[in-house]
Amino acid sequence: MNKFWIILLHTYTSKVKTKQFIITTIVTLAIMVGLTNMPKIIDFVNSDKEQEKIAVIDETGSLFATLEQMVSVTNDDIVLLPYTNGVEEARQEVKSEAIKGLLVLSYDADQLPTATYQSMTLADMSLPNELRNHIQQIKTQLAATQINLTTEQLEKLYEPIVFSQVALEENAKTEQELNQARGLVYVLLFVIYFAVIMYASMIAMEVATEKSSRIMEILISSVSPIQHMFAKILGVALVSLTQMSLLLGVGYYSVKQNLSSLEGGFFEVFGFTNIPASTLIYAFVFLLLGYFLYATLAALLGSLVSRIEDVQQMITPMTLLIIAGFMISMFGLGTPNNSFITITSYIPFFTPMIMFMRVGMLNLPTWEPILGIGILLASIIIMAYFGARVYKGGVLMYGKTSSLKDIKTALQFSKDELK
Amino acid sequence: MTLKIENVTKKFKDFTAVDNLSISIPEKEMFGFLGANGAGKTTTFRMILGLLYPTSGSVSWNDQPINYSTSQYIGYLPEERGLYPKLKVREQIIYLAQLRGMNKQDALRELKFWLERFKVPEYLDKKVEELSKGNQQKIQLITAIIHKPRLLILDEPFSGLDPVNVEMLKDAILELKAAGTTIVFSSHQMHHVEEMCEHLCIMHHGKPVVHGSLKQIKRSFGKKNLIVHGDFDMEFLKNYSGVTKSKQTAEGIELQIVGEYVAEKILQDIVGKGFIRRFILEEPSLNDIFIEKVGASYE
Repeated sequence: MNKFWIILLHTYTSKVKTKQFIITTIVTLAIMVGLTNMPKIIDFVNSDKEQEKIAVIDETGSLFATLEQMVSVTNDDIVLLPYTNGVEEARQEVKSEAIKGLLVLSYDADQLPTATYQSMTLADMSLPNELRNHIQQIKTQLAATQINLTTEQLEKLYEPIVFSQVALEENAKTEQELNQARGLVYVLLFVIYFAVIMYASMIAMEVATEKSSRIMEILISSVSPIQHMFAKILGVALVSLTQMSLLLGVGYYSVKQNLSSLEGGFFEVFGFTNIPASTLIYAFVFLLLGYFLYATLAALLGSLVSRIEDVQQMITPMTLLIIAGFMISMFGLGTPNNSFITITSYIPFFTPMIMFMRVGMLNLPTWEPILGIGILLASIIIMAYFGARVYKGGVLMYGKTSSLKDIKTALQFSKDELK
Repeated sequence: MTLKIENVTKKFKDFTAVDNLSISIPEKEMFGFLGANGAGKTTTFRMILGLLYPTSGSVSWNDQPINYSTSQYIGYLPEERGLYPKLKVREQIIYLAQLRGMNKQDALRELKFWLERFKVPEYLDKKVEELSKGNQQKIQLITAIIHKPRLLILDEPFSGLDPVNVEMLKDAILELKAAGTTIVFSSHQMHHVEEMCEHLCIMHHGKPVVHGSLKQIKRSFGKKNLIVHGDFDMEFLKNYSGVTKSKQTAEGIELQIVGEYVAEKILQDIVGKGFIRRFILEEPSLNDIFIEKVGASYE
């Protein structure tokens, strides 16, 4: 068997067998299954929830019936009870937790409703908000009657205006399409971001571990550093593909099982009901290219440190680059046409995320993503060439190496000493 | 299968790590490198392995350059332990043996043989970090020899080991030598080199200060050690012509003399002065030669 494959396989199998890999995979899977089953879980938790009783002291004598009718239509978890024993008594009942809260309704000087809500804490916002909305509605009607507005006039006042947007560019996405695309692109951007940051630092860690345990010297006495570096990068790429296809597989199955309950809510908002295949393909391509670009950089950086503790410090600039790309693309989700976004989408280290965001959000002419992919491929080749040279020198350098200046030293070393 | 190092110089920027080294190591020989830290031993080894390129000069093995195409014939034990601490012995040795061109079955069989040989068969499925330093060194040696290399390079194989383990590893190495492996090794301990190597080289600041076969080196060194024990005053021997060094001991005196003739003269002079309990003329030890050539105590 070729030495390249031996290293690749060894990297893959020893990584997949680690506790760390198994635990992160299982935890992520659990979170994913949990998320997709969220409606079921919420239903389950809420199934035995008691109705909330609110005592109402109606000083106006006329509003209770209207309010109760409104509440019963919108939320049958709330029960309004007319209360006549006085405020003090009611407060005692709230304190003893027999009832949830106390609502006092009265008229102000203009004969319009005012209300006071009392409960043990003010932490629960949704219930008082709901009550307030209803009372607001009652007030609007009463005020309208006072100034002799007819129901039609009132409706006219509150009618929402028609505001529609029309994109003139050919093939431009409609507003609805754009909203859907945004959700999907958002989620996929997260996937790219996490995958690149996680697996790239895994490479740096791997290389630094081999260097600090001095096994590197034995390895590169039997196989060339360049072969070793690329076998490592591909090995970890396989690890990441394994992990992600596991997640995707389980995720897909879990979503399918829960499709009915997820429809309409979360899913529609995120645009998952109608996924364009091209977006997924672009996501995969940019993820892969982004990974290779950053993995080469990570291997280069990892080859420079002598001690495992210095890895984090060394890869911080790389991590910041990834975060910057992610932040810019998040910003770009709202304004994908911004020229700043357009320019940054052609900067190699940002391309994987920003170009993907643009291609997902806009109807770009095909040459734009192709150019982006071209730029990425070219920078991967340059990076690999450059990285291999630094790596060759770096793996033999020991000492207080923990700064980026060592790149120069390593290059010099590899040029002068190794040829 | 001769290993030839011809006029090799290695410079790192302004620092000369190895200066014009020429050595030829015949097949099935054991060759020893001696030298203080920083003398250029590890750099020389790395050049032999092809990890570093000489600034000038050349290294060849059997008239071929050493590179990745010859790596299955070469075994290497680096100065510091180079093993995956988290991996089991079985996993890493099979991996490293595969990289040296072995297949899995052979590697496992050989590994079991060597573990048995080193009396540690139970380590097969243990993680390296759980082993003691001496036992890690056994594993390290197995990685260097499992593929039956024809050229074996051992950088400080015995450092930090107890005498029992040293003997065990030494036996294994001597056995490999008998089987025809060319072995190059460096050691901090003079007596290891003295005991095991026919040829050796003492390096100092990158230069080979002494180089040749052990016998020849000792003979050409010329000086010998003379030990005299007796019941009379031997003070006058300190300034005797032909005596280069002297050391008073409880029972007599130890002298370094420039040649056998000095011993003869001394014997003639002291006969009659009193009872001579002991009069021994010795070959110089490697340590004496080292101190003389390098100018500092080594151990």
